[in-house]
Amino acid sequence: MSNNWTKLCSHSDLIGHSGICALVDDQQIALFYLPEQLQVFAVSNYDPVGKANVISRGIIGSSGDDLFVASPLYKERYRLTDGFCLDDEALSLKAWPARIHDGQVEVQLAA
Amino acid sequence: MSKLKLVVIGNGMVGHQFLQSLHDSGESNKYDVTVFCAEPRLAYDRVHLSAYFSGSTADDLAMGNPEMYQDWGLNVLIGEKVKKIDRVTKTVISSADRTLEYDKLVLATGSYPFVPPVPGHERQNCLVYRTIEDLEAITAAAQNAKIGAVVGGGLLGLEAAKALKDLGLETHVVEFAPRLMAVQLDEGGGAMLRHKIEALGVKVHTGKNTQLIDDGTECVHKMNFADGEKLETDLILFSAGIRPQDELARQSELKIGERGGIVINNQCQTSDPDIYAIGECALWNNQIFGLVAPGYAMAKVTVSHLIGGDEQFTGADMSTKLKLMGVDVASIGDAQCRTPGAKTYSYVDEPAEVYKKIVVSEDGKHLLGAIMVGEAEDYGTLLQYALNGIELPEHPDSLILPQRGDAEPAGLGVAALPESAQICSCHDVSKGDIQAAIQSGCCSVGDVKGETKAATGCGGCAALVTNVVNHELEQLGVEVNRDICEHFPYTRQDLYNLIRVEEIRSFSELLARHGKGHGCEICKPAVANMLASCWNDHVLESSHVGLQDTNDTFLANMQKDGTYSVVPRIAGGEITPAKLIVLGQVAEKYNLYTKITGGQRVDLFGARLEQLPLIWKELIDAGFETGHAYGKSLRTVKSCVGSTWCRYGVDDSVGLAIELENRYKGLRAPHKIKFAVSGCTRECAEAQSKDVGVIATENGWNLYLCGNGGMKPRHADLFATDLDKETLIKYIDRFLMFYIKTGDRLQRTSVWMDNLEGGLDYLRQVVIEDYLSLADELEQQMAAVVGTYQCEWNTTLQDPEKLKRFRQFVNSDESDSNISFVEERQQIRPATEDEKNQFEPIRMVG
Repeated sequence: MSNNWTKLCSHSDLIGHSGICALVDDQQIALFYLPEQLQVFAVSNYDPVGKANVISRGIIGSSGDDLFVASPLYKERYRLTDGFCLDDEALSLKAWPARIHDGQVEVQLAA
Repeated sequence: MSKLKLVVIGNGMVGHQFLQSLHDSGESNKYDVTVFCAEPRLAYDRVHLSAYFSGSTADDLAMGNPEMYQDWGLNVLIGEKVKKIDRVTKTVISSADRTLEYDKLVLATGSYPFVPPVPGHERQNCLVYRTIEDLEAITAAAQNAKIGAVVGGGLLGLEAAKALKDLGLETHVVEFAPRLMAVQLDEGGGAMLRHKIEALGVKVHTGKNTQLIDDGTECVHKMNFADGEKLETDLILFSAGIRPQDELARQSELKIGERGGIVINNQCQTSDPDIYAIGECALWNNQIFGLVAPGYAMAKVTVSHLIGGDEQFTGADMSTKLKLMGVDVASIGDAQCRTPGAKTYSYVDEPAEVYKKIVVSEDGKHLLGAIMVGEAEDYGTLLQYALNGIELPEHPDSLILPQRGDAEPAGLGVAALPESAQICSCHDVSKGDIQAAIQSGCCSVGDVKGETKAATGCGGCAALVTNVVNHELEQLGVEVNRDICEHFPYTRQDLYNLIRVEEIRSFSELLARHGKGHGCEICKPAVANMLASCWNDHVLESSHVGLQDTNDTFLANMQKDGTYSVVPRIAGGEITPAKLIVLGQVAEKYNLYTKITGGQRVDLFGARLEQLPLIWKELIDAGFETGHAYGKSLRTVKSCVGSTWCRYGVDDSVGLAIELENRYKGLRAPHKIKFAVSGCTRECAEAQSKDVGVIATENGWNLYLCGNGGMKPRHADLFATDLDKETLIKYIDRFLMFYIKTGDRLQRTSVWMDNLEGGLDYLRQVVIEDYLSLADELEQQMAAVVGTYQCEWNTTLQDPEKLKRFRQFVNSDESDSNISFVEERQQIRPATEDEKNQFEPIRMVG
């Protein structure tokens, strides 16, 4: 099962409490990092409302127990764990499992 | 059934209110209405006429407009007078020789200013103060005048004096009576008012009977008084009272009072039952009512009678509260203590320049009247005692004595008011009406004002309306939660104070000590902003970078397609041709859309994330620095060209604008801040629509604060006049830091001011008089920010760690393929979704 993890960048490329973006084929992936928990999250970078590739530039935060990223364009909040929108259930981002492994950031693109 | 013909003569404030009431009644379709408006414009707010000199325009003051009247189905004849009423044929004949029939006629002809028959009163530049045309004449006359005198020290006279002062004249008030505002004030109150007004630079002459006006030696006119004294002046304004405009009624032989005024009954009918008279032309019970509220009441009664109702006019309270040249003055009921057996209590605070008096009934149980000068916060409470006959506390003097220590205020709680208590006298809104509005869903003072019109007339009841609304909301269990978000149980102001007092320098520290969770898109940028206001670290320090909105993160403004716009600082709007060429070259090289902004600089659009450092490298090499267009911070200081080039300029507005912009650039605040500096009163820089506006005068700089354009425009308030530059900067330092300290998140200064308890006066106390002993601290805090300024782009370009953020992909050098442009008017614009699907996009350059 460890075969389908894709390496995107090194751990040191991540920016704590913020996001960066990686490209795999034509897919833009936003990566968010919580350094205290050593947790990394991967969701699609395309904002379905603003129709632009900007999600990685949003602010991350928490609402109750949910961690989210708020779109920098129109502020919809998407849950980091599964991409569901907290403000409009018709909206969602793609989300992929992500991890830090051997100093590298990896995502599992295929289910 | 055919409609009845209703003719209304006069379209002043009361005439307008009549039309409004008729429309609101829902039964206006019973009448075909024709309105004669003798003035060249429809009704406007005469109560706030002096605002015309501090920036308001005729449009700002307007109450009626042609479209609205048309919607109401009225036939309005502007600039047309009625010259005759024929009661036998029931017709009116106009100045345009139009003859109209009427079934019912309403006279709302108002009043005219009384000009004492002093020899010389008809000389040039001897004017009156009532209409906008009068104001225009006064403005024109003031152009060539140095000294102005107002004849009349009553309410209107002092308003007129304010106007002259605003026009920059040396101002004198000449009053026949031994004191100012003789009708409303007693000797002590008049003396205090005089003292305060003289401190503002207006010279007051009481007990002066003008006998002759002739040629002056220094000035145009010389006023010769009965006591032998003389006063030279260039301009004379008569404001010695009003007389009812009853000429038409006299000609048509309606019953007229001995000293003028059209006699009316409780239904506002004149001696001819088909003719009504309302407002200042009407005489009820031998009284003329020179205030707007009784006129509005008459309008309402007349409408009621016209549509078959039974309302009656039974007199009106003449209590009044107003601000004369910034001085609070209030008078209630029997202020002169004329009721037999009545007793008074008075309180004088000479250092604070406050005078208060109450008049109570013989048995000490009821309030009959009151006078307040210098401070009138208790007006609402005292008025309710007087109007509703509420029994006084055991020691009535507690109502006017200052509250010190922990003593409970003696003020009347709004809970004690009966439902019938009239809260707003201008629009006759009772406590019950406010309760009903809240029951029907109003949740704020703003909602209630919109629904009931309370506090929208003279505004004297605003504080009371707020108290009633808040009390009623509390009764309903509505709690207004002012916490900034779920992560911090504090307001922005609380958090700011915590950051200052505990010297907290990072979000994580603040969250650990005072919050919970991870923060969010609300609290993070707000805290980042406060940390910047306090400590001024670079916003892209690693502990701050995750807090910033995307605009601050990338030091540029994100546009709808995810590209950014770039705005270098062009202080004061002054730029060399060489630098202007660089902007053009950079824009051309990176194929950026170029637009001139409202703040006198150039905005370059369509930059991709990864292009930002390249673009800024070139700009900084050419001598530009960041413009902070992305921050909640000082944006621009707009200026006109000023005395350097302009034929009319009186001071160097560009020089001051550049100095101010360089002083405050980089300062983070609750919201963006805009300044402007104008070199003369023509105000080409539009300073009065800015958070901070400065206008040059012959004697220094006038400072205006808390203006705004945008969604809800607000004219800035004149804060201080004729300042030297040092004082000006000191006041702006204190003002900005006080706003930063107390403003709410994303609250512009205009809204902040509207919500500031005590308003402009309070702000003056804090900034000018240092009432809170904060001035030194605020100045030091500003000095710290000014002293730690850095160009955020310059610092970023020198730090590879910070630059890491400026690439589209961490693992690829490709660009974002979703960004594409099409050409429009020889420049790029973002392609629409349809265009992206249909066309091959323009190739990006650079």
